[in-house]
Amino acid sequence: MSKSNFSRRGVLKTGAIAGAGLALPTYLRADSHTGFTNAPGASEVVLGFNVPQTGPYADEGADELRAYELAVEHLNGGGDGGMLSTFSSKVLDGTGILGREVKYVTGDTQTKSDAARASARSMIEKDGAIMITGGSSSGVAVAVQALCQEAGVIFMAGLTHSNDTTGKDKRANGFRHFFNSYMSGAALAPVLAAQYGTDRKAYHLTADYNWGYTTEEAVRSSTEALGWETVNAVKTPLTQTDFSSYIAPVLNSGADVLVLNHYGGNMVNSLTNAVQFGLRQAQANGKQFEIVVPLYSELMARGAGENIAGILGSQNWDWKLENEKGARYSGTNAFVKSFGEKYGFPPSQAAHTTYVQTLLYADAVTRAGSFNPCAVVEALEGFEFDGLGSGPTLYRADDHQCFKDVVVVRGKENPENEFDLVEIVEVTPVDQVTYDPEHPQFAGGALGTCNPGA
Amino acid sequence: MDQFILQILNGLDKGSAYALIALGLTLIFGTLGVVNFAHGALFMLGSFCAVTLSKFLSLSHKIVDETRTDFLGNPMEVDVPYVHDWFGVAAGDAIIDWAVPLSLIFAIPIMIGIGYVMERGLIKHFYKRPHADQILVTFGLAIVIQEIVKYYYGANPIPTPAPSAFKGSFDFGVLVGFDANAIIYPYWRLVYFFFSLVIIGAVFAFLRFTTFGMVVRAGMADRETVGLLGIDIDKRFTIMFGIAAAVAGLAGVMYVPINPPNYHMGMDFLVLSFVVVVVGGMGSLPGAVAAGFLLGILESFASTSWAVSNLPGINQVIIYLVAIIILLTRPRGLMGRKGVMEE
Repeated sequence: MSKSNFSRRGVLKTGAIAGAGLALPTYLRADSHTGFTNAPGASEVVLGFNVPQTGPYADEGADELRAYELAVEHLNGGGDGGMLSTFSSKVLDGTGILGREVKYVTGDTQTKSDAARASARSMIEKDGAIMITGGSSSGVAVAVQALCQEAGVIFMAGLTHSNDTTGKDKRANGFRHFFNSYMSGAALAPVLAAQYGTDRKAYHLTADYNWGYTTEEAVRSSTEALGWETVNAVKTPLTQTDFSSYIAPVLNSGADVLVLNHYGGNMVNSLTNAVQFGLRQAQANGKQFEIVVPLYSELMARGAGENIAGILGSQNWDWKLENEKGARYSGTNAFVKSFGEKYGFPPSQAAHTTYVQTLLYADAVTRAGSFNPCAVVEALEGFEFDGLGSGPTLYRADDHQCFKDVVVVRGKENPENEFDLVEIVEVTPVDQVTYDPEHPQFAGGALGTCNPGA
Repeated sequence: MDQFILQILNGLDKGSAYALIALGLTLIFGTLGVVNFAHGALFMLGSFCAVTLSKFLSLSHKIVDETRTDFLGNPMEVDVPYVHDWFGVAAGDAIIDWAVPLSLIFAIPIMIGIGYVMERGLIKHFYKRPHADQILVTFGLAIVIQEIVKYYYGANPIPTPAPSAFKGSFDFGVLVGFDANAIIYPYWRLVYFFFSLVIIGAVFAFLRFTTFGMVVRAGMADRETVGLLGIDIDKRFTIMFGIAAAVAGLAGVMYVPINPPNYHMGMDFLVLSFVVVVVGGMGSLPGAVAAGFLLGILESFASTSWAVSNLPGINQVIIYLVAIIILLTRPRGLMGRKGVMEE
């Protein structure tokens, strides 16, 4: 006779505990022995590309995705290697990341914070993504960055220009290569003063959301420091499609410069309306009236067509940099060649920043010798690099913001094709756009400590 | 005073678009009793008729220009439009330049056709269903149309400018005795305003002075009796749906130079146009037109920096605020008829 050790109560207890364990979200229990979320297996590692695939920024998302696919190809040893050959760090050798083949999954942010968080969460929990990257709005970047911090994965931001992403909303697990509103203001102001003089009166139209406010503040403070006066600043609803009511009073307001703190569809329509109302031809205060668009997006500028001619703005990067400004911007031509040969047209700044972010992540993991987010954070903090198209660059440890030169551009009068809409006016050196981590425009919030999850 | 005139002018062109869309909506509601949430999509499709013709006229073949290089350093391929080959460079450029007005001819049959197919293919199956069902199916249709357009044309706005002769603006203020720069108004917006007056006039004249229009008006008043007289009123109403679609489409074609079209532009106008219809009075054509212009002008005034600084946010709520006030004081809207949507 054998006596069973199972009791009814014991079976129920064990079953309940095992059931609860299985029901836990994957990211909370996965590979807990490694000490961090979504530790990859021996053969492959999964990255999550979270870009707008639907909605008004779908074309920017598509360009980001092209760059990600190219980066993955290069990391896995395919294609011509792109910027791997020009990158100052030489640890990436085309064998994936730490010997694991790079795979990727994609999510659709829809340029909505909720949708972006849901798709990022799905990629982390279901697909085991160890790093999330992408996006084309600051609202999305801030939301997804916070999620990645909680989940214990690294977030490499895509297009996000608001000061807050690496200001009051910065997180230890989040990193931004793209420039920000402050840098746009600091880069543009001296060029504006040189081109249009220091005795100017500006009228701001500002998109009524976070990015609009930080951009207006940055441009106002930079231009006012050089002697400009701000005569009016009007907030425009984000959903506005026709800006005539806002544009029409500008010419009679005493202003002689209109600053459009608008992006995307807002920028296309407000600039089109401003040109329709004859502002480009007008004279005010005895001077030629001018229009400024602080943040240029080449992709969206296509929507404004010939209206961008002569309009000054700033960019993170431009595909003509190395040809026009020399070897300081090495990497640019290598990237343009790989991208151009694969897709048939030059890359946008959205494509550039996302490609570079992917390489920087892979490089940091390789230098750290670990996928552990805290090791990656340590490897990226204070990392100085070159050869990725923007000249010598620092990933500052204090706020996880990249510091590099900023490109000031002007809409071409006679563009040869839709990919050649802007000309480079000046490249503002990094020293002029560097600020103190405690600068008032970035005040509040704390980086906190890295979260490895698990 | 100059600012007052300026905002009235601004309101007129905005109001023109609202009035044209609301007119079509009211025609459909008045004849078929359907609340058509796909009407904004028809406006957008009209815009894309202009985009399509503009692209079609710009169709090019490539020739290699050995003297120039592209971004990869290869000899540059230059696009040469076929119309240059066929008509010469000057005439070809003039044809491309006038693409938007030319699209009007092209858009009328297309939009009537789309309207006809939409009504016969889908909407007629929902006549006897509740309004909520009609709203759901037409809204769903609008989303499908949007996504199809996005698939073929992308998500970015597509610049499609007015003919060079109508580019730029004129100083209206100087004409009426104000200082220079006081009232600047773009030529094309003026064209749009007069165009909308012509279309609105044509629709009213069609309904007022033709036998077809008379039958349709009789059908709107009492569909059953007209049917009993042996008239196939359903067929006429289907044609009216086509005409309403054409009105929205033409409004879209001419709107293209004002703001570059994108796939979701219809939705931007749709909600406001419904408010216009309700304020004007459900089923009332003159009400829809009057309310369109009225709300366009009010929206312009609410967007002035004076209004926004004194009443923050007024620019975003003015239309709804006016709608609430009008519906509280005149529950049937400005010119609503008794009995419409009240059974």
